Amino acid sequence: MDISLQNVEYRYSVGTPFEHLAIADVSIDIPSGSYLAIIGHTGSGKSTVLQHLNALLKPTKGTVLIGSREIKAGRKEKNLKGVRKKVGIVFQFPEHQLFEETVEKDICFGPMNFGVSEEEAKRRARAAIFQVGLSEEILEKSPFDLSGGQMRRVAIAGVLAMDPECIVLDEPTAGLDPRGRKEIMDLFYRLHQERGLSTVLVTHSMEDAARYADEIVIMHKGKVRKKGSPKEIFSVPAELLELGLDVPEVVRFQMKLEQTFSTKFEKVCLSQDELTDMVASYLTGRTSL
Amino acid sequence: MMEKMIIGRYVPAESVLHRMDPRSKLIIVFLFVAVVFLANNLWTYLILLGYTLLMAALSRIPARFLIAGLKPVLFLVLFTFFLHLFLTKEGEVILEIGWLSIYEEGIRQGIFISLRFFLLILITSLLTLTTTPIEITDGLEILLGPLKKVNFPVHELALMMSISLRFIPTLMDETDKIMKAQTARGVEYSSGPIKERMKAIVPLLIPLFISSFKRAEELAVAMEARGYKGGEGRTKYRQLQWKNTDTMMILLLLAVTALLIVFRG
Repeated sequence: MDISLQNVEYRYSVGTPFEHLAIADVSIDIPSGSYLAIIGHTGSGKSTVLQHLNALLKPTKGTVLIGSREIKAGRKEKNLKGVRKKVGIVFQFPEHQLFEETVEKDICFGPMNFGVSEEEAKRRARAAIFQVGLSEEILEKSPFDLSGGQMRRVAIAGVLAMDPECIVLDEPTAGLDPRGRKEIMDLFYRLHQERGLSTVLVTHSMEDAARYADEIVIMHKGKVRKKGSPKEIFSVPAELLELGLDVPEVVRFQMKLEQTFSTKFEKVCLSQDELTDMVASYLTGRTSL
Repeated sequence: MMEKMIIGRYVPAESVLHRMDPRSKLIIVFLFVAVVFLANNLWTYLILLGYTLLMAALSRIPARFLIAGLKPVLFLVLFTFFLHLFLTKEGEVILEIGWLSIYEEGIRQGIFISLRFFLLILITSLLTLTTTPIEITDGLEILLGPLKKVNFPVHELALMMSISLRFIPTLMDETDKIMKAQTARGVEYSSGPIKERMKAIVPLLIPLFISSFKRAEELAVAMEARGYKGGEGRTKYRQLQWKNTDTMMILLLLAVTALLIVFRG
């Protein structure tokens, strides 16, 4: 299922003194099965864009296409459940949305809202809990007796159990320790690859964007500043630094290296392995001279 | 969803009302609440209406916004109107439909009482629209100061008020966030049968309660960690300043009161 934003504008609190423009003229295409990262500063409009992806917000100008459903500005939209079933959102700190007595019930809540039978929902809950790396016993526990990291995983399982075609992640690893962070990010990447789940990741972490995404969108002051593959985006680090954004550590290391030895590698490397190979071939190339 | 509601909200702007001392604004509002009951005929209500509209104009808050924000309370005003319209049985009968009869006095009462109600809401809204919650509590703490002599916990009351006011926007944001998260999980808040919508409140309220309790505890710890131990000997960072305008505004209301006394029937 493709999602596409066409010249979308969104204003908050229209007609009050609090009115302000959050995003303007945003066009983004998310083809089925792609992995897109949206990066930008706080207040750059990332989260507003994200909420358009399953019609939580409706554009004040422009059009959003979600599969075959068209959501146009200035039209009353009814029956958006179909859209929301297909696009699952993992919000920032998703553990705040837990409310049921047991973990199992909470995971079943989403699917059952979309008309899945109780039996099927329970089956999905079991599958989802394994996917997020927890064990079966946890299903019977109260979500409020769990640790922060476990609660996060349960909440994610609740979204996965809805069996969406596209998953939208808003800083899914905020506040987790480095290990939990990597596990969660790897989990989503695996789902993306195995099931062909389209994934949209909103993040501050350039590392994650570089490692997982096929395409990166940079938001700045409510507008799309730049679009491209990670290679394209990070090959001009100066531009990112100018926007007050960071570049992945590997890229920073490469920049330092190039500066120190006043040389230029033929391409920008996005992982340690890649850079090691590059440096190795560079060195061997030099020694053979 | 709640972004249109103006009750309890502060709108920053440059106006006479914004610059006034919160104490004088509080005194005026309290006085106004009493004075409203003096009005009992057309002239006195017109004077009150004129005064209130003047205040609204002085606040420099866009009229369009004021009207849109008062819409939710309009229901209550209309309710009062109809209650009086149908239940007052005095004066001449003006209209009779079946068992329902409308009396002259009913129309009069309906209009006057609902107008009174409307004016009260407008004036109190103007107070909160032009005064930050912190200013209001500061003002209230000083105004209630004399009650300390009879061991009334004025400082604690002011603190409780400022804390609850401070967290209203936070709670609103949180409500909005959780609502969105549950909407994404298939809950319908804005459409569907009433029964379903009532049920949808549970997944909203429980997370809100849990986070509020958590936040209260964190706040208590943070306050204790910074050595908070109550009002005794505490100095003020924000000093209130009584200006000429404040005296003038109070005199204006007193003048209005005098007029009301002269013109009331």
